[in-house]
Amino acid sequence: MELPNPDPRPEGEVRELERIWATPRGWRLVTAVNNTVIGLLYIGVAFLFFLMAGLLAVVMRTQLAVGDNRLIDQDLYNQMFTVHGTTMMFLFAVPAVEALGVMLLPQMLAARDLPFPRLSAFAIWAYVVGGLVFFSTIFYDLAPKGGWFMYPPLTLMEYSPGDNADFWLLGIGFIEISAIAGAVEIVVGALRTRPPGMSLARMPIFAWTMLIFASMIMFAFPAVILATMMLEIERAFGWPFFTAAVGGDPLLWQHLFWFFGHPEVYIIFLPAAGLVSMMVPTMARTPLVGYHLIVVALIGTGFFSFGLWVHHMFTTGIPALSLAFFSAASMAVAVPSGIQVFSWIATIAAGRQRFRITTASLFILGFLFIFTLGGLTGVMVAMVPFDHQVHDTYFVVAHFHYVLIGGFVFPLFAAIYYWMPLFSRRMLSERVGRWVFWMMFVGFNVTFLPMHLTGLRGMPRRVWTYPGEMGWDTLNLISTAGTYVLAAGILVFLVDLAAKFRIGNRAVENPWGAGTLEWLPNDVYSTRSIPHITSREPLWDRPSLPQEVRDGHHYLPNAPTGWRETIVTSPIHARPQYVIQMPGPGWPPFLAAVFTAAFFLLLTVKMVAIAVICGVLAIVFVLAWAWGLDPGPSKGMIEIAKGVRLPTYMSGPTSHSWWAMVVLMFVAGSLYLAYVFSYLFLWVVSPEVWAPAGSPAPPPIGWPVASAALLLAGSGILWLVSRKLQQYAASRLAISAALLLSLVCLSAAFMLETGGHLTTGLDPGENAYGAMVYLGAVLFAQLVLALLIMGLFTLARHLAGKLDAVRRVTYDNYALLYHYTVAQSLLGLGLIHGFPRLIG
Amino acid sequence: MSLRRFIVPVSAFVLQGCAGLQSALDPSGAEAERIGTLTWLLIIFSTAILVAVCVITAVALFGGERWRARISGERTVIGGGLAFPILALSILLGYGFYLMAPGSTSARVEGGLRIEVVGERWWWRVTYVDESGRRTESANEIRLPVGRPVELELTSADVIHSLWVPRLAGKLDMIPGRTNVLTLEATEPGISRGQCAEYCGGPHAFMSFYVIAMPEDQFSSWLSGEAEDALAASRDQAAGQALFLSSGCVACHRVRGTDAQGTIGPDLTHVGSRHSLAAATLENDVAAFVRWIRDGQHVKPENLMPPFEIFTEDELRQLAAYLDQLR
Repeated sequence: MELPNPDPRPEGEVRELERIWATPRGWRLVTAVNNTVIGLLYIGVAFLFFLMAGLLAVVMRTQLAVGDNRLIDQDLYNQMFTVHGTTMMFLFAVPAVEALGVMLLPQMLAARDLPFPRLSAFAIWAYVVGGLVFFSTIFYDLAPKGGWFMYPPLTLMEYSPGDNADFWLLGIGFIEISAIAGAVEIVVGALRTRPPGMSLARMPIFAWTMLIFASMIMFAFPAVILATMMLEIERAFGWPFFTAAVGGDPLLWQHLFWFFGHPEVYIIFLPAAGLVSMMVPTMARTPLVGYHLIVVALIGTGFFSFGLWVHHMFTTGIPALSLAFFSAASMAVAVPSGIQVFSWIATIAAGRQRFRITTASLFILGFLFIFTLGGLTGVMVAMVPFDHQVHDTYFVVAHFHYVLIGGFVFPLFAAIYYWMPLFSRRMLSERVGRWVFWMMFVGFNVTFLPMHLTGLRGMPRRVWTYPGEMGWDTLNLISTAGTYVLAAGILVFLVDLAAKFRIGNRAVENPWGAGTLEWLPNDVYSTRSIPHITSREPLWDRPSLPQEVRDGHHYLPNAPTGWRETIVTSPIHARPQYVIQMPGPGWPPFLAAVFTAAFFLLLTVKMVAIAVICGVLAIVFVLAWAWGLDPGPSKGMIEIAKGVRLPTYMSGPTSHSWWAMVVLMFVAGSLYLAYVFSYLFLWVVSPEVWAPAGSPAPPPIGWPVASAALLLAGSGILWLVSRKLQQYAASRLAISAALLLSLVCLSAAFMLETGGHLTTGLDPGENAYGAMVYLGAVLFAQLVLALLIMGLFTLARHLAGKLDAVRRVTYDNYALLYHYTVAQSLLGLGLIHGFPRLIG
Repeated sequence: MSLRRFIVPVSAFVLQGCAGLQSALDPSGAEAERIGTLTWLLIIFSTAILVAVCVITAVALFGGERWRARISGERTVIGGGLAFPILALSILLGYGFYLMAPGSTSARVEGGLRIEVVGERWWWRVTYVDESGRRTESANEIRLPVGRPVELELTSADVIHSLWVPRLAGKLDMIPGRTNVLTLEATEPGISRGQCAEYCGGPHAFMSFYVIAMPEDQFSSWLSGEAEDALAASRDQAAGQALFLSSGCVACHRVRGTDAQGTIGPDLTHVGSRHSLAAATLENDVAAFVRWIRDGQHVKPENLMPPFEIFTEDELRQLAAYLDQLR
């Protein structure tokens, strides 16, 4: 292969890279945005939540050690298991996966950073502040106590007065938003910042899993965001989505929650499986057996996982036919996991030398055992009659801890031991590692294996104590003892971590002799030059690669624009397309995140005025940050390799920003589909409250028609502007007028839609129909508000001379979201005004 | 089923002395017996696969060159990860469908006895509706005739609960706005215990009940007794009854045949004949009544009956004695 930059590089390039990518020092560290720095913060905080929620588990296990125990009281126990579950799922597992993505993905793709560094920083800080405040509610008796699943009616105001439940709804609601921000980053990162030559077929399995992970978040999280919105609205304003007496249905919550909740399990497991697929080949010193099968299995799992949610609801009395369908689907999802397990076993066998037993390998083997057992009990509970017995018992507690601890925590520990050298000057002790593994493995199994039996012998979940004479004492005591061993193992790990972990460059470059790009020579700027890739394990197939990369013989060995930059490549074949200039450290993402968190948390404790101020400040800082983006093509073309010149600016469908906007539209689309589902679901359950018979008939057809006409007019205006931006650019007045007009059309359409329902006397608090109609308006209003801000921002850019025929990303984003809003609203108008007429 | 004949002795050996009143592994009802067979089948199936995976992994790790080479190809992945699971799971699923098929859960018995059970925070309202449509309200205990399928109509008065008697059948949720029907068929006389299986807040842990399966003739005589009003209080109990009627108890509780006609809390007409108090939280004796009336919030925190600290020791004893003889 001919090297992209065969000539020796000039002096000073590395110093320049170091200067540009330098991490801010002292208290300015919070302004850092580079993936390795904020990734460490991310994983560190996620791990802290793991420890704190784990401590709650130790306390709960102590309470359950013997029957009739009164160590902690009922109310505290109920808060504890709610916070334990919520924290493990929302504040540990999903963030930890995203953190691994943020830390490892750019390294594995030899990208200098993720494409939206400030977005990651924003998402991470929002999570850190919001998460810590949420968790701390356990210390002052304000923690939610409705279980991590928060089923209404128990969580409605009538049965859960006080702010406890609101902390869950607002706190978690906004952490979900932070997860979506991370997902946008990961989708665009995996698809657009791969090194030249790394086609999809050469992408590391971990990148595949992160891509699937992020896509699943895009479709799963909106359902639970809608559900939390509905529950919070019902709690605060009494719109009866879940109250059966007036047409709501508690089961609607369960459908929405588990439509998110089941994929959630795979959202956590798939990336962990991806980590294992990276580590096994290294330890076996041979490429992964069945790479293509694994990719197909991963995609299959992602797809199937959306068809299983009802298996959490087998005991709700749904019809036998649905039970049969979801039972079959739940079993089918075991097949892709089987493919992966046998792939790893085959790879272990395929190595010419024997599989190396390191601490990481031990955790992988432990994972194989635990996860297989958890998968098998998963097949058991997929059998409907069996599930009728064990659902909501300790059998299920055992099952999902096998799946989640086995399927995620063990691979995570393996990953920590394996990738530690990338981030620390010293590796963790292998000798202590053996102790850590065996204590955790034995402790885990002693804790959870007996629980299968405890459940079969009749002990339900979520009980804070139990009568001593039920025959559950011994089993519980064994479980509690196991918990202490498990906790002690983690404690030993922490001691070793404290002794060995020192941020800095690695001492040993590639200690395990791995084949993938994260083991290239690395510094704050990531790799010195971005390699050209011709295989799946480039370091094995081209032993000279590290030296070539270090000497700057590959792409972009310098910083020609003087900014932080990385190469954007085409999504499938990874052909270089352009160089993004990326923002560096800055206060706006940090401050915007702090004020966003403050907005949600102050709203929870009903300090509305201060909350609104914080909300406005958050928007101001986001705008301040956005103002510095969209640099335009001022830097022209730059040379990234001998004879290869790339543009430094791109708009339209090639631009990374366009891709992010499209991802966001998918998220908004899923949210809206969840709404349409909810509308139709409640109609099926309670047709008697639906208009025209059970509620005021919808307003005369003129209202929605006028609203639709305004929306189409607005879209038309923007379509014209898009086409004629070149021509009209000369006339500031014309563009400004068009932008304003589009906003007027949109706002007027919204007011017509809402006003029409107000004239009919429809009341959102009256019954589920009214609530659903006005919820449609709320979803419309959200987009209108976002578009008003974006539209005025675009106008300001235009007036400041930062918008023209070429420099138009800001405008494109506005127009994209606008067209999307029009499409969604037309669908909404059809549903809200057409459906009652259809059935009436 | 021949399989069952094989498994039962094995299970009896494994579980020697383990059987509890609430154990799914010690079935005494038709549905629970079917599921019990399935349970053992699944445990054997899963254990076999787990052992097989462990053995193959051990070979991959420590086996000889030829053995390792044999399992190192994509054939292993396709055979072990694709072909085998599809085959095994299809068979398992077929068996599952067979178990779920109509006929296994007994068809509706037209005009037969049915029992309405309403989940309340944190107790069970139980109403027997017999062949003639006569309604008999009771609470926190279910009695069943042996050998006859009985339909339980499950609803909820507030939040979601779930009725579960592991020795008789699987659980079924009680959801506001819906009615679910669970069929129970006891195969042998005796007592077993049930518990709420869906977290319902506060003292969810203390929402249990006993199920007593009785031979047909005993059951029908019990039910006619249960349908009758409470006996008139004897002279000894007059003071206790007076306290009951004058201290606010009647706002929530009913004792048929007296002025106590409250319907918020459990019907107490024959409370003394039940196996437990406060939804299987306490045993049923005079001392337990005393404790419950005075210390209810300690015994079962957050329960909806306010503590009555107005009574003297003597009054408490009189009141408890009155309640205890309501049999």
